[in-house]
Amino acid sequence: MSIINLGYLEYEELAAIQKLPTKERYEKGPVAVIECIQEIPCNPCEAACKFGAIEIGEPITNLPTLALDKCTGCGICVSKCSGLAIFVINKVYSETTATVAFPYEYFPVPVVGQDVEAVDRKGEVVCKGKIVKVMNPISFDHTPVVTVEIPKEFADEVRSIKRGEA
Amino acid sequence: MCMRVENHVILDVEKKVSPVEITVDGLVIEAYEGEPVLGALLNAGIKINRYTVKRHEPRGLFCGIGQCTDCAMVVDGVPNVRTCITPVKAGMVIKTQDGLSKGEA
Amino acid sequence: MLQEKDVVVVGAGPAGLAAAIEAGKAGASVLLVDLNLMAGGQLFKQIHKFFGSSAHHSGTRGFDIGKMLLQEAKDAGVEIWLGSAVIGLFPGMKVAIEKGLDGTKKEVITIQAKKIIVATGASENVIRFKGWTTPGVMGAGAAQTMVNVNHVKPGRKILMLGTGNVGLIVSYQLMQAGCQVVGLVEAAPKIGGYAVHAAKIKRAGVPIYMNHTIVEVKPGADGCVEKVIIAQVDEKFNPISGTEKEIEADTVTLAAGLKPSAELPKLMKCQYTFNGVFGGSIPLHNENMETSIEGIYVAGDTTGVEEANTALEEGKIAGIAAAQALGYIDAKVAEETKKEIWHRLVALRMGPFGERRLAEKEKIIAEYAMKIGAPVPEENMEGYDHVDN
Repeated sequence: MSIINLGYLEYEELAAIQKLPTKERYEKGPVAVIECIQEIPCNPCEAACKFGAIEIGEPITNLPTLALDKCTGCGICVSKCSGLAIFVINKVYSETTATVAFPYEYFPVPVVGQDVEAVDRKGEVVCKGKIVKVMNPISFDHTPVVTVEIPKEFADEVRSIKRGEA
Repeated sequence: MCMRVENHVILDVEKKVSPVEITVDGLVIEAYEGEPVLGALLNAGIKINRYTVKRHEPRGLFCGIGQCTDCAMVVDGVPNVRTCITPVKAGMVIKTQDGLSKGEA
Repeated sequence: MLQEKDVVVVGAGPAGLAAAIEAGKAGASVLLVDLNLMAGGQLFKQIHKFFGSSAHHSGTRGFDIGKMLLQEAKDAGVEIWLGSAVIGLFPGMKVAIEKGLDGTKKEVITIQAKKIIVATGASENVIRFKGWTTPGVMGAGAAQTMVNVNHVKPGRKILMLGTGNVGLIVSYQLMQAGCQVVGLVEAAPKIGGYAVHAAKIKRAGVPIYMNHTIVEVKPGADGCVEKVIIAQVDEKFNPISGTEKEIEADTVTLAAGLKPSAELPKLMKCQYTFNGVFGGSIPLHNENMETSIEGIYVAGDTTGVEEANTALEEGKIAGIAAAQALGYIDAKVAEETKKEIWHRLVALRMGPFGERRLAEKEKIIAEYAMKIGAPVPEENMEGYDHVDN
């Protein structure tokens, strides 16, 4: 499995382990994608979702499952996951673009309107993007959640942006 | 050369006090009271703390928690001072330790 | 007359702090001693959010947990000596402490303890390759201390050896501090740490050289690290000639595992066992975290390299057990509390990463039961020479 041998997850492997949102759910608006695929004792995401959409239960090594109908795509869980492994994808942001909300703990944190280069799980630039939202309230405990707008076809690949010069 | 971390998303790295001066092998450098001497040295780009007894080879930071003694230097005349766990005091005089640097009064 | 304390705790990391808090809360007089200028052990270097469950402060950053524990210790009336090293444990439960490591006048003070808890953590392993002593080659923990605690970069271009959780997390933190991580080198074909930590490194575009090792570090004219030669390894981890690559770096950080720092209990003739999973030679202990010598307890990485979460829980058990033995906690309450903690420890040691450690802990406790049975008072051990004060 490439995550163990190479450090990054191939989309097919993620889809095989986690129940990803259906095409119908994506058409309704933003939704969380939880890229957590190893059994580790860990459950802050469960408590983080105020809509009760994430479930882990006992034992806490269970992988989180997402109730698609309860998830509103608010993005709070993105900041609460200690592994920085949750993303919010909106495949219907516009006719041609989608957005990906991701955790970003590097300086400098991008600003709204900034043009960026979007990268995939391997860290390779796949397309250009524009920052449309940056959330960094105190409750996120220094894990800013950045939303980047990208061409729709890259929504399943883009998971971060190329870092700026510190 | 400034190796300070000046910006950080998680840590508050803003220095709230003024720096003091310490001397390293005659060179005056900036340091903050209370930080480990080694931190001030690294900020100034100084990576060699001492030379070994037999082969005169350079040594520098290794463990950072006072266990390995690679960072030992002569501080205010006292040799074998582990600079990674010794706090800076204004006016400190530090010298690269040569071998055992038997006491410089 | 020696100063007396009910409990002396050696090491103010998560295990030591937790032990001191429990004993202090129960009413015992507690002295907590640490070599460093700050309490908290490795906690203050951990700026990432912890895993685990809400009972283990999941989602909270390590240094925030450290601050909470320190405050709890102060509230519990624990006396804390920093910049102080325990330089000896002597017959009759005497603890010799050298104060003044912070530059003040040095003095040695001996404390008469009733119970001693050793929670001295672990230290980093060294990998030897040509040029391993070159300034710029350091433990990953040292680099982490420099950026996260002292806010200074150890170098600009950093090559990390090891992809266990320490290697992965420290690489991430070095990038957060503004350093460039030029790559990670891993001898095994598998990433050693959590997939989610590796995923962050890959998203940042950092190359990970699997099945590789460092063969040489070349110094520049200034005597410090300038270039690193890595090579692919075969299934026996031997470098394969002809596969060498040269990487420019001014810093090499070694994250090749930790080994327990467990020297002090040897001074009291506690029995040890060797455990590869836990990183080395460790003192045998029972479910009360008590060693073969009555009154000497151990907790945390000293008993086997694990995590802050398990260290915290083991520290709690040791603190409660020591206070219980001194009569500060009702036996029934103590037993129930300890049982709950053991359940939490089992939960923390679940899953593919934890289950090996769970099995090994059970082996240690079983070995104790078989070889030792019950802890022996010091005076009853062979070769004991009672020294009058």
